[in-house]
Amino acid sequence: MDLSLSDDQKLLKETVERLMQDNYDIDRRRKYSAEPTGYSADNWRQMAELGLLGLPFEEEYGGFGGSAVDVMVVMEALGSGLAVEPFLATVILCGGLLQDAGTEAQKATHLSAIASGERTFALAHSEPQARYALADVTAQAAAAGDGFTLTGHKCVALYGDSADWLIVSARTAGTPRDAGGITLFLVAADAAGVEVTGYQTVDGQRAADVVLNGVSITADAVVGPLGEGLPIIERAVDRAIGALAAEAVGVMDKINALTLDYSKNRQQFGRAIGEFQVVQHRMTDMLMETEQARSMAQIAAMTLDRDDDARARELAGVKARLGKAGRFVGQESIQLHGGMGMTDEMTIGHYFKRLTMIDRTFGDTDHCMRRYADTLGD
Amino acid sequence: MDLNLNSEDLAFRDEVRAFLKDKLDPKVAEKVARSEAISKDEILAWQKALYEQGWIVPNWPVEHGGTGWSVMQRYIFDEECAAAGAPQTISFGFSMIGPVLIAFGSEDQKARYLPRIRSSEDWWCQGFSEPGSGSDLASLRTRAERDGDEWVINGQKTWTTLAQHADMMFCLCRTDPDAKPQRGISMFVFSMNTPGITVRPIRTIDGGTEVNDVFLDNVRVPADALVGEENKGWSYAKYLLSNERFGIARVPQSKYQLKQLKNIAGIQLSEGAPLIEDRDFRTKIADVELELKALEITNLRVMLDVRQDGTPNPLSSMLKIKGSEVQQRISELLMEALGPYGLAYQPHANDDTANTPVVGPEFGAMLTPKYLNNRKISIYGGTNEIQRNIMTKAVLGL
Repeated sequence: MDLSLSDDQKLLKETVERLMQDNYDIDRRRKYSAEPTGYSADNWRQMAELGLLGLPFEEEYGGFGGSAVDVMVVMEALGSGLAVEPFLATVILCGGLLQDAGTEAQKATHLSAIASGERTFALAHSEPQARYALADVTAQAAAAGDGFTLTGHKCVALYGDSADWLIVSARTAGTPRDAGGITLFLVAADAAGVEVTGYQTVDGQRAADVVLNGVSITADAVVGPLGEGLPIIERAVDRAIGALAAEAVGVMDKINALTLDYSKNRQQFGRAIGEFQVVQHRMTDMLMETEQARSMAQIAAMTLDRDDDARARELAGVKARLGKAGRFVGQESIQLHGGMGMTDEMTIGHYFKRLTMIDRTFGDTDHCMRRYADTLGD
Repeated sequence: MDLNLNSEDLAFRDEVRAFLKDKLDPKVAEKVARSEAISKDEILAWQKALYEQGWIVPNWPVEHGGTGWSVMQRYIFDEECAAAGAPQTISFGFSMIGPVLIAFGSEDQKARYLPRIRSSEDWWCQGFSEPGSGSDLASLRTRAERDGDEWVINGQKTWTTLAQHADMMFCLCRTDPDAKPQRGISMFVFSMNTPGITVRPIRTIDGGTEVNDVFLDNVRVPADALVGEENKGWSYAKYLLSNERFGIARVPQSKYQLKQLKNIAGIQLSEGAPLIEDRDFRTKIADVELELKALEITNLRVMLDVRQDGTPNPLSSMLKIKGSEVQQRISELLMEALGPYGLAYQPHANDDTANTPVVGPEFGAMLTPKYLNNRKISIYGGTNEIQRNIMTKAVLGL
């Protein structure tokens, strides 16, 4: 057993932290967020140059063969900088999915284009009725000649409005909520019949609803085996949960630092509020929640390569515990900032919003707790 | 980063398992499983088995009888012992005064006491708390005054765990009443047979008497009962407490209790089905299991972070806080799992010679007392509020 970072990982951590320090503060983040894509093309290019966009891919596809721990290190740093670039959507979710299940041709075509920063992706999987249930897919893929015709409504696809390509799930068999019968497809965002409605998210990122109005695609657009898309999606989402856990830890570290700083400077009753024991103990509780979340993020990174059942259970547990920690740390930080915590001007609220939205992403605390509790072992 | 044990650690684990299978009395393990009291003789027998194996003081330097194990080996050892239902060894000698004597004791004290600690010839108790000095320990008032070749000790200690069994006490006394509270304290070690010592048991809310008042009335101890330097006792006490941090989170014990909880919830019925199938109850188990999982990693992170300067990781206090919360929560759920039989007060379940049968499930008699007893965990060794004060300084820097 070993819980330390390798020298390479320490270097990676420093590299991404430096990138965040050089390129990010709350005012610049507002500017990036206001771009039509919701992020900075220049930051994205720099991330490509640093090799981050190919980090988890195999070397033959322009990647670095990075592990889940490497991804954790990067996500934690992106979290503490509150980055808005679509690293999670493009590299972790879609890139990871293609690497896991794509054909040689698909990988050769797309992974190196992701790694070089020239192509972005979004996963168009969730549907309005599904909440967080991954099998709840009603979109249809009807066989048509050599290919398929896709119809359906996909919602809250992260960075779906700026993506060049979408990975879409649809039923080639079965009824809604069946585990079998879901197939994955590569769809160009500008294909005829794809209607993308983008919007800003509460935490300053972007998402889109995607309506598929009889989109024609060829057979070589299928990713993975026909009708067996669910386990592929589950693995991709678990990798994303692992990444989000690390991001959340980065966010919480920053929240704690901002709150501690504020408690030293804010004077009331003739002294810094950080001198009051009730405030001190609240901050130690925030810190303990963060450390427990950090341990969970490490568990995620170290169990992502396990087989499906064990991995799914661990990741559900990670997300559930993380949700509790995030809610506590986020809410307390606003409370300790008092009225100033309510302002858009202060940095803290932006971190609070990101942390809150992480719980809305890929299964909230209740959903994940139920999944974890339903598979309680001996 | 890797959660898997390497082959050496796996081999070590097998060695510990084989030892436990061979030497741990199944009857004692059964009592541990039912949270029943383990007698002094049973504890001594277990300590003797560890002593003969050379595993009684893994935390001591090798030259004093330690094992030279890595942090991971020590953790594996604790985990395997807990998982097998081994009783707790009594920490006062092995984990508390032993390391202090090694670090600060005279050669004579080391020669006299360390072998007897290892062999369990001496059973130690701790004289720290006083009626007026709980969280504010440095305010303690028990006096030690020099009189020729002796020290004369007067005062009262309290919450003295297992003093009724103890042969020796390590005791904090005020030796300079004019100095700053922390600067006027010294540490003494002396026999519990010294005239002037009276031990009076304190009955606690669980019905037990594991803690005591200890009255010290003109107790005359020799000059060499002083540990280290006069008026340095506070720093030795801090050293003692920081040393105790290794197992403070009690993760292996909580893993064992969690397993018991799942077993019991699988046996107890609720609306005609095993209680564990009740979603509300199962979710409570899942919740504490996740806390424990996170704590296991947090604990290992702190343990594996061996600092060059020997100072404890500032997160040590967190291990006490979270560890106590998990232990208390599990024992609360164990009591809940028992349902209405949790009402029955059956101290005779602890008594091997009692003829009165136990009502309700055989595993259940001590679950409510255990819940009550475990409320102490967030109070002893520095309350959780004091631990937060420590973290405020050490981690927040306030």
